[in-house]
Amino acid sequence: MRVNCTVNGRPREADDVWEGESLLYVLRERLGLPGSKNACEQGECGSCTVRLDGELVCACLVAAGQAEGREVVTVEGLAELAAQRAPDAGAAGDQGRDGAQTAGLSPVQRAFVDAGAVQCGFCTPGLLVAADDLLARVPDPSDADIREALSGNLCRCTGYEKILDAVRLAAARAGETV
Amino acid sequence: MGTPRVPTGLPTDLPAGTGPAWAGPAPGGVGESTLRPDGTLKVTGEFAYASDLWHEDMLWGHTLRSPHAHARIRSVDVSGALATPGVRAVLTHADLPAATRYGLEIEDTPVLADGVVRYHGEPVALVAADHPETARRAAAKIEVAYEPLPVVTGEASALAPGAPVLHPGRTDAHARHVPHPNVVHRQPVRRGDVAAARARADVIVTGDYEVGMQDQAFLGPESGLAVPAEDGGVDLYVATQWLHADLRQIAPVLGLPEDKVRMTLSGVGGAFGGREDLSMQAHACLLALRTGRPVKMVYNRFESFFGHVHRHPARLHYEHGATEDGRLTHVACRIVLDGGAYASSSPAVVGNAASLSAGPYVVDAVDAEALALYTNNPPCGAMRGFGAVQACFAYEAQMDRLAAALGLDPVEFRQRNAMSEGAVMPTGQVVDSPAPVAELLRRVKAMPLPPERQWESAGGAADVRALPGGLSNTTHGEGVVRGVGYAVGIKNVGFSEGFDDYSTARVRLEVVGGRPVATVHTAMAEVGQGGVTVHAQIARTELGVEQVTLRPADTRVGSAGSTSASRQTYVTGGAVRHACEAVRERVLELGRARFGTYHPAWATAELLLEGGKVTTDGGEVLADLAEVLGSDAVDLELVWRHRPTEPFDLVTGQGDGHVQYSFAAHRAVVEVDTELGLVKVVELACAQDVGKALNPLSVAGQIHGGTTQGLGLAVMEEIVVDPVTAKVRNPSFTDYLIPTILDTPTLPVDILELADTHAPYGLRGVGEAPTLSSTPAVVAAIRAATGLPLARVPVRPEHLTGT
Repeated sequence: MRVNCTVNGRPREADDVWEGESLLYVLRERLGLPGSKNACEQGECGSCTVRLDGELVCACLVAAGQAEGREVVTVEGLAELAAQRAPDAGAAGDQGRDGAQTAGLSPVQRAFVDAGAVQCGFCTPGLLVAADDLLARVPDPSDADIREALSGNLCRCTGYEKILDAVRLAAARAGETV
Repeated sequence: MGTPRVPTGLPTDLPAGTGPAWAGPAPGGVGESTLRPDGTLKVTGEFAYASDLWHEDMLWGHTLRSPHAHARIRSVDVSGALATPGVRAVLTHADLPAATRYGLEIEDTPVLADGVVRYHGEPVALVAADHPETARRAAAKIEVAYEPLPVVTGEASALAPGAPVLHPGRTDAHARHVPHPNVVHRQPVRRGDVAAARARADVIVTGDYEVGMQDQAFLGPESGLAVPAEDGGVDLYVATQWLHADLRQIAPVLGLPEDKVRMTLSGVGGAFGGREDLSMQAHACLLALRTGRPVKMVYNRFESFFGHVHRHPARLHYEHGATEDGRLTHVACRIVLDGGAYASSSPAVVGNAASLSAGPYVVDAVDAEALALYTNNPPCGAMRGFGAVQACFAYEAQMDRLAAALGLDPVEFRQRNAMSEGAVMPTGQVVDSPAPVAELLRRVKAMPLPPERQWESAGGAADVRALPGGLSNTTHGEGVVRGVGYAVGIKNVGFSEGFDDYSTARVRLEVVGGRPVATVHTAMAEVGQGGVTVHAQIARTELGVEQVTLRPADTRVGSAGSTSASRQTYVTGGAVRHACEAVRERVLELGRARFGTYHPAWATAELLLEGGKVTTDGGEVLADLAEVLGSDAVDLELVWRHRPTEPFDLVTGQGDGHVQYSFAAHRAVVEVDTELGLVKVVELACAQDVGKALNPLSVAGQIHGGTTQGLGLAVMEEIVVDPVTAKVRNPSFTDYLIPTILDTPTLPVDILELADTHAPYGLRGVGEAPTLSSTPAVVAAIRAATGLPLARVPVRPEHLTGT
């Protein structure tokens, strides 16, 4: 079958899709967007978290056909999404600890790099999409809010401490700019 | 699409504005928390992990696995699979072109099952097809006739009279000295007179302990892409921990010389020991060579649970004695590790368990024995902590019981017996660098405790997220009791027992666009630990440059050894430093030849490379590096070794077997819902001596991660193997639970830096020690809260409620 959807703001079309394929498979293998990750493919780890019409979903649990005509945002589209939300926020990178390395990132992406929240990085794309969603809803979350919002995303490397730091950092930086 | 998606190198540059002119030590050098060079790629989704690789015209490989733990294969019929449209190849044992077995230490593992399967999930056949689902469905059409055989599930069934011998006709190095052919390896460690010490003891405590089978549960599943080459060889892009060990095992299976198997490290989604052994590497290459097409293999989570070895489950019997004044008299112990169907790294795990069995304590009389069994359970091998984790759980439980029997505070009792520099291990090895065991305990104990009833918000209402049961909303504080527990552990760093544990680094220094640029090329597997960050820091410090380019890890450079045993910063970091020093010497020779007559300091002073210049140790600038190098590049590949080690004596266990020791201590605070048997770890604090933190941010990350994996073993994680059928019951993240952000508490870390003068920069391997003491600290806290003995991990609700 053919699947048409909008991915990261652009209309995309995937051909020869087998009906049993997930949205995750189509993103990764047919649309050249492997940023969403395949850690469990059963909806337990959150590493494939994407926005589907603005709602967080595990792309592995969405049949590709269910995305027909809908809007998908993946980790590859986070920087653009952030720029759309805050067009005056200026060139990304100017708030980072290491401007040369983090230019062009969304605030939450930059905070993950700066805070040391990335080790192997396999969980990172899903955590970024979830953290971005949290901060869009709750600009100044408590630690308990952060833990609850990210409780569907497994990380095996960091023990989550630096991930908490990163979300706090992104929230604090956003607070400074308003 | 069109261009293959394969790994690329990493440029690392410093922030714009730092400028080329600075004085003193290089910014971004050793000791700073510089940011990961791969961090940006990882947060944008561009970083190419093994499962992200792509090649035009590629096929998908799939593995058919055994549904039985022990069975004879009567027949295999692949005709239905071959007839499936879209299928390009089906391979069984009969199709293998060359060597049919491989292994890390003992070549006992079939590439594909050869007439017998010895564990649930053993690979039997391979399929390549143009869609992964086609490959899966075709594999399901392969008809295998199995004749089930009796299963060996533990020590009793492995050593019983008439027990099935799982590997008859063994010729490996351990076969001669083991008491039974179903014992992979056995290592005693004997020191002092235990009988006399036992007679002196005022208190003797004995206990039996059990550790369940833990999984590494790295998030990036086993994956890779094999691309057949025109010269008859193959290019393999893969997630692994040691490229050259893979190469040594793969090439004979393919019947190719090693130079025709070219391996490149892809992005690795965590490892923790689970990528030491081969998984899909040889399989993908076999399919690629058979079909002449690139073949990608990606395990899903279910298959991943069968696709790699696990942490050895263990049964441990301990006897400790102490005098009334709180001094240990002796330790006698027996540690039985279940190695499963194939050897993997079981012999080395046995060596660790035996040699570290007494813990970080001074004890003059030791009679220890560790052994690993062959069984029909899943194969076990390397996981973070490697044999030391199991022992630490048991000896720390014993230390608490001894303290209680003596009426002493458990921390005070440990400190009285804590080893320090100069102590003698049960193996006779002198600990010849700092061993601040008592100080680490003092530090975790001195940290402020989290407030009582921490779940109460300001208004007095309960926040269920901070209570046992969490969002399940099972208690608002009723039936909840608190406990505090302590533990400390000892882990070796590096490969032990006489292994030639070297690494290799190639460093190039040249001028690009008017600036000196260093290029570092090693085969080190970056699995998330941040080795790439550290390599760039070392190059900056040693060569005084800002810009460092890291080449992708591959087999075109010499072996870096494994990203295991907390060793890579020590050994490959040491190799990078060594190569940089040699490059520096060569640069200074160039400088002397070109400018030596202009200034006497070229001949007389100690010269440094700093800030892109050659300077004297007094700070005088002699020349710009760019002028010295001109259009020349200095490019050297060198091997580096740490101090050699010795094998342990097979009877006494004596020998200087380890490179370095690493110590961490934990304090756990838990709250237990005693009615439902639910545990909330409220805080898990760690103090660790790291010698020198080359990158403090990364060091803290290692301590956090290791601590959390220890928490998982304490209260959550176990691969459940059916005791009758030896089949795995929970191969999914639905049923095998690893800690979420809600299960993981605040993790305060106190980093101590006491230099080990034998190691580069004084560093001490970091990654594993925090995994050891975390588990016993959490369980000690649960014991303190509940008064229950709890001799097994993971602790489950039924252990707490007695139901």
